[in-house]
Amino acid sequence: MEHKEYKSINKSVRKKDAMQLLLGKPVYTEDIVPDNALVVKLLRSPHANAIVKTINTKAAKLVPGVVDVYTWEDVPQSRFTNAGQTYPEPSPYDRLIIDRHVRFSGDVVAIVAAENEKAASKAVSLIKVEYDVLEPVLDFRTAKDNKILVHPEDNWVAPCEVGGSNKRNLVASEENTHGDVDSVMADCDIVLDRTYHMKAYNQAMMETFRTYTTLDRYGRLHVISSTQIVFHVRRILSHALGIPKNMIRVEKPRIGGGFGAKQSAISEVYPAFVTIKTGRPAMIIFTREESQIAGSPRHEMEVRVKLGADKTGKIRVLDLYTLSNSGAYGEHGPTTVGLSGHKSIPMYTGSLEAFRFNFDVVYTNTMAAGAYRGYGATQGIFAVETTVNELAEMLNIDPTEIRNMNMLKEGMIMPAYYNELAAACALDKCLEHCKEMFEWDKKYPVRDMGNGKVRTAGMAMAMQGSSISNVDVGSATVKLTEDGTYMLLIGAADMGTGCDTILAQMVAECMDCSVDDVAVFGADTDASPYDSGSYASSTTYLTGKAVEKACAELKTKMCSIAADILGCDSEEMIFEEGLIRRINTEQTVSMREIGVKAQVSNTKSAESSVSHSSPVSPPPFMVGMVEIELDRLTGEVTIIDYMAVVDCGIPINPALARIQAEGGIVQGIGHTLMENVTNDASGRPIESSFMQYKVPTRLDMGNLKVEFEHSYEPTGPFGAKSIGEIVINTPGPALAHAIYRATGVWHRELPITPEQIAMTKSSKE
Amino acid sequence: MISIQKYEKVQSLEQAFELNQGKKNRIIGGMMWLNMGHTKVNTAIDISGLGLNTIEETDEEFIIGAMVTLRQLEQHESLNSFTSDSVKNAVKDIVGVQFRNMATIGGSLWGRFGFSDLLTVFLAMDSYVELYPTGIVSLKEFSEMKRDNSILVNLIVKKTPIKICYSAMRAQRTDFPVLACATSFVNGEYRAVIGARPAKAKVVLDNEGILDSGITEETATKFAEYVAANIVTGSNNRGGAKYRKHLALVLTMRNIMKLGGDRND
Amino acid sequence: MIEITINLNGKKISDRIEADTLLIDFLRSHNCLSVKRGCETTNCGLCTVLMDDTPILSCSMLAARAAGHTVYTLEGLQEEASSFVGFIADQGADQCGFCNPGFVMNTIALLRENPDPTDDEIRAFLAGNLCRCSGYEGQLRGIRNYLNSLKEQ
Repeated sequence: MEHKEYKSINKSVRKKDAMQLLLGKPVYTEDIVPDNALVVKLLRSPHANAIVKTINTKAAKLVPGVVDVYTWEDVPQSRFTNAGQTYPEPSPYDRLIIDRHVRFSGDVVAIVAAENEKAASKAVSLIKVEYDVLEPVLDFRTAKDNKILVHPEDNWVAPCEVGGSNKRNLVASEENTHGDVDSVMADCDIVLDRTYHMKAYNQAMMETFRTYTTLDRYGRLHVISSTQIVFHVRRILSHALGIPKNMIRVEKPRIGGGFGAKQSAISEVYPAFVTIKTGRPAMIIFTREESQIAGSPRHEMEVRVKLGADKTGKIRVLDLYTLSNSGAYGEHGPTTVGLSGHKSIPMYTGSLEAFRFNFDVVYTNTMAAGAYRGYGATQGIFAVETTVNELAEMLNIDPTEIRNMNMLKEGMIMPAYYNELAAACALDKCLEHCKEMFEWDKKYPVRDMGNGKVRTAGMAMAMQGSSISNVDVGSATVKLTEDGTYMLLIGAADMGTGCDTILAQMVAECMDCSVDDVAVFGADTDASPYDSGSYASSTTYLTGKAVEKACAELKTKMCSIAADILGCDSEEMIFEEGLIRRINTEQTVSMREIGVKAQVSNTKSAESSVSHSSPVSPPPFMVGMVEIELDRLTGEVTIIDYMAVVDCGIPINPALARIQAEGGIVQGIGHTLMENVTNDASGRPIESSFMQYKVPTRLDMGNLKVEFEHSYEPTGPFGAKSIGEIVINTPGPALAHAIYRATGVWHRELPITPEQIAMTKSSKE
Repeated sequence: MISIQKYEKVQSLEQAFELNQGKKNRIIGGMMWLNMGHTKVNTAIDISGLGLNTIEETDEEFIIGAMVTLRQLEQHESLNSFTSDSVKNAVKDIVGVQFRNMATIGGSLWGRFGFSDLLTVFLAMDSYVELYPTGIVSLKEFSEMKRDNSILVNLIVKKTPIKICYSAMRAQRTDFPVLACATSFVNGEYRAVIGARPAKAKVVLDNEGILDSGITEETATKFAEYVAANIVTGSNNRGGAKYRKHLALVLTMRNIMKLGGDRND
Repeated sequence: MIEITINLNGKKISDRIEADTLLIDFLRSHNCLSVKRGCETTNCGLCTVLMDDTPILSCSMLAARAAGHTVYTLEGLQEEASSFVGFIADQGADQCGFCNPGFVMNTIALLRENPDPTDDEIRAFLAGNLCRCSGYEGQLRGIRNYLNSLKEQ
């Protein structure tokens, strides 16, 4: 679409920290920890469900260098949640720093603080624990109303009413219906009833969970952590430790990836507890194994889709039931599940007459889940898109055609998406664009390559949101300095995504200056304006809008200071091409002059801080297409090309938006083809290291090509919507589709391993 | 994490052997996987100063020192030309260049690991290992021996004329193989070596002369079926026993067909 | 304790270390903080350094064995890295940056060994360097643009 020519927006500017990162500068948590920090290590339970009967720390405490060892007896007894969410948190308060009742294999039994790593590790190995081992609930399909309770305790609290009950192993439960689902279903020519399963994938960010804590010069707890959510961490620590929020400062340095993992306070509480107890600096660095077995992976979900259609391919009704496994604790349980329906059903608004979406979220004695890019939408979209592909194949309608017949179009009201208006939707254009770029008509047919190998293609659509409507808050402070350059202070967390840079681009666009003239600082609870944090696809959309508003407000203030300089009324002043001009005169005041004036005999601040929240969450859209070569004998799938077209409104920085898309696609490929999660008898993941949990290498992903279709979102900054999460949603269904084309088998559980492909015979054969 | 009390860079095989008699002492090869497990080592015996890091070629054989890295094997032109690139094919997908610059042939063979691409490919050749002080034994015999306190000094590959082909199935490109397969024609006999069963590689000879009448799709399939029937496969998180049997059949058949093609050239 | 001397980034560094000190920890304790740890199983490539001009995993090298050898970390190769990393920055492919030092070090090794690699050779040489953010394609475009820029000169 046509849009305004911008100077800094829609430009591929280098990330502000790029050269620091590429040249290996010490900018991460572990790089800035002083030598005298205590090393914190955790003893973890080998049992999935057990009570600590006795625990003997005598020998551990005698190890030279060990400062102290803490057990369940030493910690506060009020429950909290690790989930980084806006207060009141939808996630139940079901955690203690250390609980006597351990609920998954990997749950914390003791905290060791020592002068060095060797002493800490030795002490961990010398703690003697006698467990009363209980039978665990490991299969999430049997958890609801099971006689074994994961959280039998009486001080379990749900701060929000989400239909949960710890006496039923239920974290949340809900039912939504629109229209007369049963009678439309009964009237349909075709009803497909399919069940899909996606596992608890790990984010596997390269930097594991880690936190450093110390007491500052006022005796306040200063936390430097690899986190996406500095303000939520402050609240979580305040709850967990029982200290006031103004006695805690949380900041993040550069972060080695998050993808949602660091939207929960996984590592913060342990060194914080040690620092409070000892008064000394402390740090914890999770091993890769700890990150794999006690992190915050995707919620394992089973999604049952009932799709009703007529024989022309018109999709008339969708009925979803999602069962979500929250694991041992409820972090993000009540919220992730919602997206499995809310971000899949609306894509078929064009034809749907009715829909139903019910869900249950259950506790089990497995690793607690958390937030992972896609946040439930990924699971729902895999289920719905695969069912739609099956309908197309069944009716012999080209899958792109069946989308054209049924999809959401711009201007429609989405009943399955809180009745929001699709004000900016280029989904149809994404499909057309992708189809042409990919040469769908050429690649879709199954082609025999000889020696048991075939080539073919598959596709999927996706949507997500942009921030949590009526909940999230994004804020920005923009300050003019006396040399006419700007400072931007944010509480959103750049975790490599480049939000520092794209927000600076927005300041540059508003203030008509170069991006280099805008320095960015974030995120620090002492200095940044309040921001929910970087999650829920919110930073570009929400914090971006706050930036735009803060700039507008700052301009007004600068006009007023400029008027003081010229001795006229501020109504006479306008901001124009990076200067303040007095209307109808040649008189101008430079930013430098205003910056200097702001510091001399002045009563008006040359800075502005604005918070923003949105009543809507405009969805970005995407179409992905994949060509594979499949070896029918070995089951090996080789990706030839993965192409996608994304509608994220106006991309603020096309290079960074493209990298988001490419990175998300490769993660999705990993989940679909190679990242497996299997558990041993105690429910502990066997894939507990990078030797077993195989994320894609650069030899596993084929050629990627990503392009954009612009739409203009009126509520977003410069027409922008989100990009960060949607990009992970198409590989699952697109690959499952291509694999069906090649083999005649619909695989409804991910990952689809070569073994499953080779050993499952098509019913057609 | 490994814990090591003492580090000794030895000057001779005798010294290494003597030290290696200590129960908690260990020869260190490429030192891969130092960070895994909780091994407690008294003395780490470093044999990197013994000049065992070269591939020596004579008219009769390649003498490959125990400290030769996988990367050296991958890049050795003469060895790869002699083995139709099967050595390169066996190592090129192992983790990454950095790993292959460190991992040694000695460490890889000594472990007699189930997943070893190296053991699989070299078992298909006329190959031997030189042990100190035991002397020279065939690689096959070595692969069946229990680990003891001797020292692997060299791998010897005889230049017996050979047709050989290597392939492996991996679920992710740099992962351990789900199944590895080397087939060869050497010393007048066809061999199939199946590795990553997931147990240690096993050699199957064409004892029934299935391929005597020449390689056709029919005889290759029959031999592949014979191989699959004569190995034991097992299950782990990379694949089930049944799938591995199936892969043994598919890879053997394809490799034999490739050998056939080479023969007709 | 063992006394060792390593030629680190062009300077002789002597220190007393434990027998089981890993090279990665030795390097980090000598202010080479670019060297990162991403796993315990040799799979991630984050800790890549050059020892005698060969890329190795410093997590799997005893500092004792590195004694007498020449070791380079990114701290010592800033100029060589600067010649091409800007092209990766232009793609936005630095992303979180945590894998960058290992990736850049191995790219240096690649370009020294093969100054004009094909895309497939780049992918194969760098296969042991995991990146979870970028999807790899932007890193490849960056290296390719750098190589093209050399040809245009």
